[in-house]
Amino acid sequence: MQARDALNYDYSVAKCFTYSAILFGIVGMLIGVVIAYQMAFPELNYLAGEYGTYSRLRPLHTSGVIFGFLLSGIFAAWYYIGQRVLKVSMAESPFLMIIGKLHFWLYMILMVIAVVTLFMGISTSKEYAELEWPLDILVVVVWVLWGLSIFGLVGIRREKTLYISMWYFIATFLGVAMLYLFNNMEVPTYFVAGTGKWYHSVSMYAGSNDAMVQWWYGHNAVAFIFTVPIIAMIYYFLPKESGQPVFSYKLSLLSFWGLMFVYLWAGGHHLIYSTVPDWVQTMGSIFSIILILPSWGSAINILLTMKGQWGQLKENPLVKLMIFASTFYMFSTLEGPILSIKSVNALAHFTDWIPGHVHDGTLGWVGFMTMAALFHMAPRMYKREIYSKKLIEAQFWIQTTGIVLYFSSMWIAGITQGMMWRATDQFGNLAYSFIDTVTVLIPYYAIRATGGLLYLIGFFMFSYNMYKTMTASKAIESEPQNASPMSA
Amino acid sequence: MFHWLERNPFFFAVGVFLVIAYAGVVTILPDFMETARPVVGTKPYTVLELAGRQVYIKDSCNACHSQLVRPFKSETDRYGMYSLSGEYAYDRPFLWGSKRTGPDLMRVGNYRTSDWHEYHMSDPISVVPGSIMPAYKHMFKNSADIDTAYAEALTVKKVFNTPYDQPDMPKLGTHEEAKKAVMAEAALIVADMKSQEVKEAFKRGEIKEIVALIAYLNSLK
Repeated sequence: MQARDALNYDYSVAKCFTYSAILFGIVGMLIGVVIAYQMAFPELNYLAGEYGTYSRLRPLHTSGVIFGFLLSGIFAAWYYIGQRVLKVSMAESPFLMIIGKLHFWLYMILMVIAVVTLFMGISTSKEYAELEWPLDILVVVVWVLWGLSIFGLVGIRREKTLYISMWYFIATFLGVAMLYLFNNMEVPTYFVAGTGKWYHSVSMYAGSNDAMVQWWYGHNAVAFIFTVPIIAMIYYFLPKESGQPVFSYKLSLLSFWGLMFVYLWAGGHHLIYSTVPDWVQTMGSIFSIILILPSWGSAINILLTMKGQWGQLKENPLVKLMIFASTFYMFSTLEGPILSIKSVNALAHFTDWIPGHVHDGTLGWVGFMTMAALFHMAPRMYKREIYSKKLIEAQFWIQTTGIVLYFSSMWIAGITQGMMWRATDQFGNLAYSFIDTVTVLIPYYAIRATGGLLYLIGFFMFSYNMYKTMTASKAIESEPQNASPMSA
Repeated sequence: MFHWLERNPFFFAVGVFLVIAYAGVVTILPDFMETARPVVGTKPYTVLELAGRQVYIKDSCNACHSQLVRPFKSETDRYGMYSLSGEYAYDRPFLWGSKRTGPDLMRVGNYRTSDWHEYHMSDPISVVPGSIMPAYKHMFKNSADIDTAYAEALTVKKVFNTPYDQPDMPKLGTHEEAKKAVMAEAALIVADMKSQEVKEAFKRGEIKEIVALIAYLNSLK
């Protein structure tokens, strides 16, 4: 084996995905802010005719943020971490370089077509799986390319034992592949009937079955895109950035296999009081509560990595971002089980509490961790200091304020809405008409939108900081051991 | 065992896959046939209704409106009888939605009329003061895609044995027959509508998206 210093990791693909993460982060979050304001000020629906209504933009926002911003961040992290924990450079394998670049470019083509078709209203209506069958096939191709990259690099590795992050990356790949394939089973109508639009399809599953498959997918897309790969990232980047070893190997084992086993059962909690069988609903509810154990297992393991080193939170804003992210992960994985309790779900389901819950997880956990990861990678990929530490501090506070405004307004809105729907007068008649429960929420919608706007402003600060780091920051001679170097 | 797995990526991946796939098999398969059985009286959508359903999906109405009445008094008072699994037997895909920014539509055909829907789509606050729903004026301009709707009906008939052309069930017939049936069905809705634009287009033989969408919404009972 060569001396470790002789290994020159190749970051060309990781850099590409860094750019697309920033690009889609801006696009996805900008659309999110627009649709949030549309709910408070409906006139904003007419900014772009047919193409600017809330309903057309909503799938663009979710897909843009999940599959544009976050997935790019995951891929960027993979092309960075993979080489390092396996002790092998992509430059050593021309084949893997080609696969990596093909992966990026096909992904970009896919995302561009996805944006255009969603604008046009070409959709299968299934949440987070709106793309029609030709694009589904392209998704599968992109995913297989990523798999080739993972297992290709694993195949030529020098480090024989797979680091924790690798477990989670492999699980992400397998989990999403399985879920996506089964949920998107559809029959293209043109090939059966010979008429109509060639890209139209009809779902293989009907009614309650379709709902079960969709939420088995929908819930676990959250698991295998919002949770598992982000844990992969934090298990690598936090020890690296802080210079501390992971707190407990046994706890990481327990929480990994626990998460793998328990997560998939919890999808039923999206269907409580629906027409799917009662035992599916109950099981979804129970397993959601059990899910606290592996989730908090990971989070506690991550937090205790900082044991005796809490002072770093003051000095190093990246450690702060990551610890904040992990705290929000705990918060969100406690809120989820609470929402899965049948009586709470009866109140909260269909209300704004649900988008509130999604966003404290995504903005706090996913968003902060992804930005921290990209910040950690930047000095090592571009051989420059992070442009401004002060800007990260400012960004942190602006975005944190945004998140707090977001979830607190949505809690109030959701509980208000749920209570008003069920309120009755002394004779047992419904106390409010539906529209009463809409107009009362408008102030909260305005607060939520402003919270979202603050987060977007923070993301612009992040993007600017990254841009300056890549182009104009002070060069560094040798790679920093831990704490990322940053100018004041 | 775990140490060994961490050194053998192939078996590690197999292990992870088995552990995650297990739950899906247990939760989804056992009741798969049972929940798909239609209740008495449930019928497949006509071609015009399917075209309307495609408009509903195209403009993501399901982002704000649910189609699932939960078994609570507050919901049955507001929307009608709670939902049964078999009522969705011909819904491909299901359109339950996950958020109610607007009211549930599972049984909207029972209490709204064609012209109400027409006003609601062209100017929501004209019928619901305070509504935050966008107007969908383009539905009055774009033509409904009857061919694709026919293709969908024929596909579900051939592939999933949806009972078109059976006694007491909607007739599908050939492409030409289906088109005639669509025109006859649309004529009734257009007659109830006020929009001159839509009426004149219909005289020219065009069916606007709004007509198909109303046919679909009226079928939700």
